[in-house]
Amino acid sequence: MTKTTLNVNQQRYELNLLPWVSLLDALREHLKLTGTKKGCDHGQCGACTVICDGKRILSCLTLAVMKNDSEITTIEGIAGGDELHPIQQAFIDHDAFQCGYCTPGQICSAVGMLQEGHAHTREEVQELMSGNLCRCGANVGIIDAIMEVKDGGTHE
Amino acid sequence: MKMDKNINVGQPISRLEGKQKVTGTAKYAAEYEVNNLLYAYVVNSTITKGKILSIDTSKALALPGVIEVLSHENRTKLAWFDVQYADMDAPPGTVFKPFYDENILYNGQPIALVVAESFEMARFAATQVTFQYKEEPFKTCLKDNLGLARTAKKGFATALKPPPPPPTGNFEKAYESAAAKVETTYSHGTEHHNPLELFATTTIYQGDGKLTIYDKTQGTINNQLYVANIFGLKYKNVRVLAPFVGGGFGSGLRPQYQLFLCVMAALHLKRNVKLVLERKQMFSFAHRPPTIQNLRFSADINGKLTGLNHSSKSETSSFEDYFEPIASWSHRLYPAPNTLFEQELVPLDVHTPLDMRAPGGSTALHAIECTMDELAYQLKIDPLELRLINYSEMDPSAKKPYTSKALRACYLEAAEKFGWDKRKPEPRSMERGNKLVGYGMATGIWDSLQFPSRVEAMINADGKMVLNNAVTDIGTGTLTVMTQIAADQLGLNMEDVDFQYGDSKKPFSMFQGGSAMTSSTGVAIVVAAKELRKKLLKKAKEMTDSPFKKAEDDQVTFQNGTIFLNSDPNTLVTFKELIAFNKGKTIKTTNMGKPHMLKLKNYSLATHSASFVEVEVDKDLGVVTVTRAVTAVAAGKIINPKTAKSQVYGSMVWGISKALHEETIMDPNLGKYMNSNLGEYHLPVHADIKQLEVIFADEPDELINELGVKGVGEIGLVGMPAAISNAIFHATGKRIYKLPIHFNELI
Repeated sequence: MTKTTLNVNQQRYELNLLPWVSLLDALREHLKLTGTKKGCDHGQCGACTVICDGKRILSCLTLAVMKNDSEITTIEGIAGGDELHPIQQAFIDHDAFQCGYCTPGQICSAVGMLQEGHAHTREEVQELMSGNLCRCGANVGIIDAIMEVKDGGTHE
Repeated sequence: MKMDKNINVGQPISRLEGKQKVTGTAKYAAEYEVNNLLYAYVVNSTITKGKILSIDTSKALALPGVIEVLSHENRTKLAWFDVQYADMDAPPGTVFKPFYDENILYNGQPIALVVAESFEMARFAATQVTFQYKEEPFKTCLKDNLGLARTAKKGFATALKPPPPPPTGNFEKAYESAAAKVETTYSHGTEHHNPLELFATTTIYQGDGKLTIYDKTQGTINNQLYVANIFGLKYKNVRVLAPFVGGGFGSGLRPQYQLFLCVMAALHLKRNVKLVLERKQMFSFAHRPPTIQNLRFSADINGKLTGLNHSSKSETSSFEDYFEPIASWSHRLYPAPNTLFEQELVPLDVHTPLDMRAPGGSTALHAIECTMDELAYQLKIDPLELRLINYSEMDPSAKKPYTSKALRACYLEAAEKFGWDKRKPEPRSMERGNKLVGYGMATGIWDSLQFPSRVEAMINADGKMVLNNAVTDIGTGTLTVMTQIAADQLGLNMEDVDFQYGDSKKPFSMFQGGSAMTSSTGVAIVVAAKELRKKLLKKAKEMTDSPFKKAEDDQVTFQNGTIFLNSDPNTLVTFKELIAFNKGKTIKTTNMGKPHMLKLKNYSLATHSASFVEVEVDKDLGVVTVTRAVTAVAAGKIINPKTAKSQVYGSMVWGISKALHEETIMDPNLGKYMNSNLGEYHLPVHADIKQLEVIFADEPDELINELGVKGVGEIGLVGMPAAISNAIFHATGKRIYKLPIHFNELI
């Protein structure tokens, strides 16, 4: 067992973990933060995307012990209390999900991507969001939602 | 009795569960906090056919935290008879029974289950269980085994999936003498549903033969009955819950083996157990079967079809006859005096296929609409014009009128929106820089089904309405749509309606499939609401000095949680007052909604669509991009244009995926799938999806059911693969007779 400190959504957690526990399983099974989803466990679908020290990472390809003392934001920490993040509201407005299973990963990825600041056009947003699969085919709504927030659209 | 009609129905209302889904609080089957939970992990067969001679579990059991390793050798007692394993969607044959005996029927068959105190230990221990097998020869390749083809066995499922009708006229003679004729062979590979949520079950062991099960399923009651029948439990003691389901696409129509194994482990150990499959294991059960289709269409010089011949051979397992109607679809669209339809199955050593979004229809219409395209080029008739020449207001196959059919509007509206008139007729005649540009179109048709469904509807002391039904919402928008329907039926605001679902304890719903939930549970809501309005009015009449005493049903209106007299809207009683008068007791009713079989006997029922697609094909690299697509759908009344549009967008993405991306590749020498992961099983990513547009054609339907709805979950997929294939032909002049179409075939 390895003593690991994870700072998740501005809360500090001390955990004793086997060194091969993935960050994804640590979040879901140990911290009961099940908003982060397991879709493939192989870094192929993006459902497990979280923001770690300001960057989007795949929590399934990350061992929890590697992120000792890191600052992690999961989908549960994206909203400011009861106030939804503009991306979250835009996802609802644009019907950017159906089953909702890829949604936390899409939203964390979108928030991270906008922070990275490399996407300027719709095509670039599509390219830089392409690590997040949506099997329901909500692609149009997802990109519309992100573009609206990126371009400073207003929300009701 | 007047209601304030269609205040919410027809509105593009955002999903009611949206906030839960965007904040990560929506809980799926593997996400419930349960005390003293054990983790299970499945071990799958690495051989394709044969017998397990022995199993060595000693190394696995010696690991710290490993509780048990289950297999056919030490499984719990199971039901005796095959019929007890048959779920509501079981095709004719012998249902697959996990851990039943030593026989291996297919590669990836579950053969052992490790249960441990942690997920990591269960997963590791699974690698330490070793097997000795006796391997036997197997057959897994469809095209190498066409000689085994035979007609499908008949059973309960045949009612919904009939075999092709007998021949009409004399096809061979008509084909022989036709002015124009086309013969084609189309094939496609295996596809796996791959919902993004992994199949998972959490079983809570409550003692006294009682289980609460969170399961990934499209049918809570189907799985409840399955578990109770197999493990000898009372129905009322088995509760299956699925409030959130991370996609289904058909894979959850039947109980999958993780449910069986998780329940077995919980009963055996008398503990709470969770079992989540790996992505690789998602390729070890349901799938769309590979299919080979031969078609011969003939027409006269004016383009009128004279003969339709469609023969299909598709894969099934060695133990069940999975059948999806393929061969007869063309005749439900196009009249032709001579028809010949045949459909056979080839039993192979694979798991049984299962309905996957637009099963049969998306397979068939790909071949049919590409063959029509080829015929159009031969006749030098515009492909859209050829469809209009052969347009039929009635169903030529059944010789019955449709309850409604706005396909012509679909063709014309989509063609205009797309700019079909800008198409140059010659193949390889349009360019954009280094890209060849092609326009293609195709027709879609799909069943319009309705299942029986029971809804409990009640008004509570707070004057609000609660409805109960066992249906799931797999992402289709069921919760939102049912709430809209119910609110309008009682004249309530949507926030005063609570539709409760995803629970086998609630009144009956069929599994969520066949694009049929809005017609099934939606109609049941209409029926129950009508009865509830009667009961409320009756109660109002009983009140002291009631002004409603002489009011007939059609003399009152339900609005804003009140009943008022049409003659004097100020004379009203609130639902709250009614319940208070009822001594605070809820007023409720439970009713069944069902299709009007007698009335509909003389009609055919279908949804229709028309898809128009532009592709760009890189001249040097052959890479295909669907740059834009327009799909017009005629599906009766659209309850919620926002969620309905999303269903069609999603289906169009599935069409792009089917045409250009997804395929599970079988190695016939090993008898196993070679790309069982999401890196190599290609799905479209955001960068693959460009401009999509959806149109709903106006299609009033007074006949089909109380709501005039038909269902939109699948129709948007049906025409897309052919429209894309046809656009690729138009761009390149190359006709590709298989799916998916890859760049290497175009250079």
